[in-house]
Amino acid sequence: MTVVKGSLARRRTRLAYALVAPASLLILLIYVGPIIAVILASMTDYTLIRDGFAFVGAENYTNMFADAAFANALKNTVIYAACFLPAAFVVSLLLALAIQSRKRFRSVLEVIYFLPVTSTLAAMALVWAALMDSRQGVFNNTLQLVGLGPINFLGNPDIVLPALAAISLWSIIGFNMVLFLAGLTAIPKNLYDAAAIDGIDHPVDRFLRITWPMLAPTSVFVAVTTSITAFKLFDTVALLTKGGPGRASEVYLYLTFLEGFEYFNMGYAAALSVFFLGIIFLFALVQMLMSDRRVNY
Amino acid sequence: MARLSLQGIRKSFDKTEVLKGISLEVEDGEFMSLVGASGCGKSTLLRIIAGLESPDKGTVSIDGRPVDEANPKERNIAMVFQDYALYPHMTVAQNMAMPLIMGRLPMRARLPGMRLLIPGFTSVWRDIAGQVEAVARQLRIDHLLERRPAQLSGGQRQRVALGRALVRNPHLFLMDEPLSNLDAKLRVQVRKEIVELHHSTNLTFVYVTHDQIEAMTMSDRVALLQEGQLLQVGTPDDLYTDPDSLNVARFIGSPEVNILPAQAVQGGFNVGEQFIPFAHDLTPRSDLFLGVRPEDLMIGGSQALGAQQMITLPVTHKSQEDLGGEIILHTALKSLPDVDIRARLQKAAGGVDANIRNLRGEITLAFTASAIRLFDGAGQRIRTDEGAVATHPALKEIAQ
Repeated sequence: MTVVKGSLARRRTRLAYALVAPASLLILLIYVGPIIAVILASMTDYTLIRDGFAFVGAENYTNMFADAAFANALKNTVIYAACFLPAAFVVSLLLALAIQSRKRFRSVLEVIYFLPVTSTLAAMALVWAALMDSRQGVFNNTLQLVGLGPINFLGNPDIVLPALAAISLWSIIGFNMVLFLAGLTAIPKNLYDAAAIDGIDHPVDRFLRITWPMLAPTSVFVAVTTSITAFKLFDTVALLTKGGPGRASEVYLYLTFLEGFEYFNMGYAAALSVFFLGIIFLFALVQMLMSDRRVNY
Repeated sequence: MARLSLQGIRKSFDKTEVLKGISLEVEDGEFMSLVGASGCGKSTLLRIIAGLESPDKGTVSIDGRPVDEANPKERNIAMVFQDYALYPHMTVAQNMAMPLIMGRLPMRARLPGMRLLIPGFTSVWRDIAGQVEAVARQLRIDHLLERRPAQLSGGQRQRVALGRALVRNPHLFLMDEPLSNLDAKLRVQVRKEIVELHHSTNLTFVYVTHDQIEAMTMSDRVALLQEGQLLQVGTPDDLYTDPDSLNVARFIGSPEVNILPAQAVQGGFNVGEQFIPFAHDLTPRSDLFLGVRPEDLMIGGSQALGAQQMITLPVTHKSQEDLGGEIILHTALKSLPDVDIRARLQKAAGGVDANIRNLRGEITLAFTASAIRLFDGAGQRIRTDEGAVATHPALKEIAQ
């Protein structure tokens, strides 16, 4: 008996490992391997233009924290996120709330708002550049009609980050809105019935007492993924401003790109990447803790 | 305390008419059940009473005052939902306090965090807490006040839902299948508790269920709905013993009433090739139905009580279900093999053969003429004076 049992258990174990192997291998190859490689590279002086490299320990990191460009990129990213995050969250929530109660046009509106998500941002960025052009752009023409402007959206160091935030906003609200709509749909209808009976019928009360708390898991998810998106800003910068004017739109990922592929400082760029990874990891951690605790009913 | 009156309630969803003109009076302090199969419109009717839906036509009045223009809160009703609809993000205490908070505090005082910022409502808050605690104690859930619904068992959630409904001192208590999410044992217990609650509060209850046993055991009166129409309104006993139609007779009682297709002939009926003596003055017609409750059937033969008043049916045994205390016998007439004739026999009762389990083959079932309910071909009841029929001289004559 025990022999049979033992061999069955062993066979099951072997099968289990065999079944997990492909996925584990992929994760190792695609995620774990590169992360280890980047961490190792960040401790070298490896460049693309010189053969061989030496280990320099934490030198890249000490340089990084002393680097004005690093501080500038971090500052720009935070300013950009401060413009982008609240809007990306609030606007999509408002849209979701407004669309959700529509019966007839809901699906049409959903598609319209979701369209930007499906388009290629790199291509659309050029359209935005045309719209935002300081002389012939539609925005400035319109502004001039009412006696304002012209505003050099992408050329003014004070305005470039909010302008980039607006483009990103356009591309993400549809996605966030769909997430919020899914969250809203998941709220049981009879909670609103019970609320109506209990006298929770003012829209403000209904939102604060039912919708908002019930939406908490979705909100945390949207907030965290949007934050990560904010820190990943790259393509519009690379295409439209190249970090300019001056260094006013040189955001974190663009700086990493510059260091790695323009200045060929691979070791330094790797250190920047590791720091970036740490930030993303923090966001993911926040989401995990939040969805594990309070928000889960 | 309230009297509820429904007049000509109609409601359609898209093109389907769910309620086809319902009129119903519920007396002050009455326990009224709305019972019917799923999809009959009973829940919609309850939602209309609550004000969660508005009827296309018709009027809902509470204490003689039409409330069609009133929103749910203004009707001062309480409602318990099938899956309780507790607020999952609030504690039991917060759930139960919600109707009071909304009713007694102005907007500025009940917004989150305002409790500390806006003074002057301390006594109201204290009052609410006291009231919640009193109701919680009454329902024996005062030890659960700090928990969230997810941490409660089904029965406890049920009680919290009752508590949230009770705390506001409603005029009218509405319940939408409140027991259907509980397991069988708990259901019987909570059933009893709800009846006790009704007795102690003396409120008007409207109770929706698909379970005829719940309706029968709990209610003062039962309103039976089918396809958006009221079939019959009456006491549980009325519906059981004096049904207006075949559909009512079928819905009430388990196992289902026996329906025998019959032909009226001189001095009785023909059921298949079997003659059943019965005094009537019906014109001979082909389509008639006799309804006989399974529990009115007994094993006939020598031990039949008062043999001359018994009607006997020779049937063939098909199968049986042993329920412990009783046995459901499935039989059929030779000439009507497709018509299942069910007999519900008490095992332990005196006079029943101990070998009832071993019954096979040909059996004689017996019942009294007073057990027969007559229905016309369309399923409508043909009323005869039942009391008189049993002792009708003509019947006696025929039976002999």
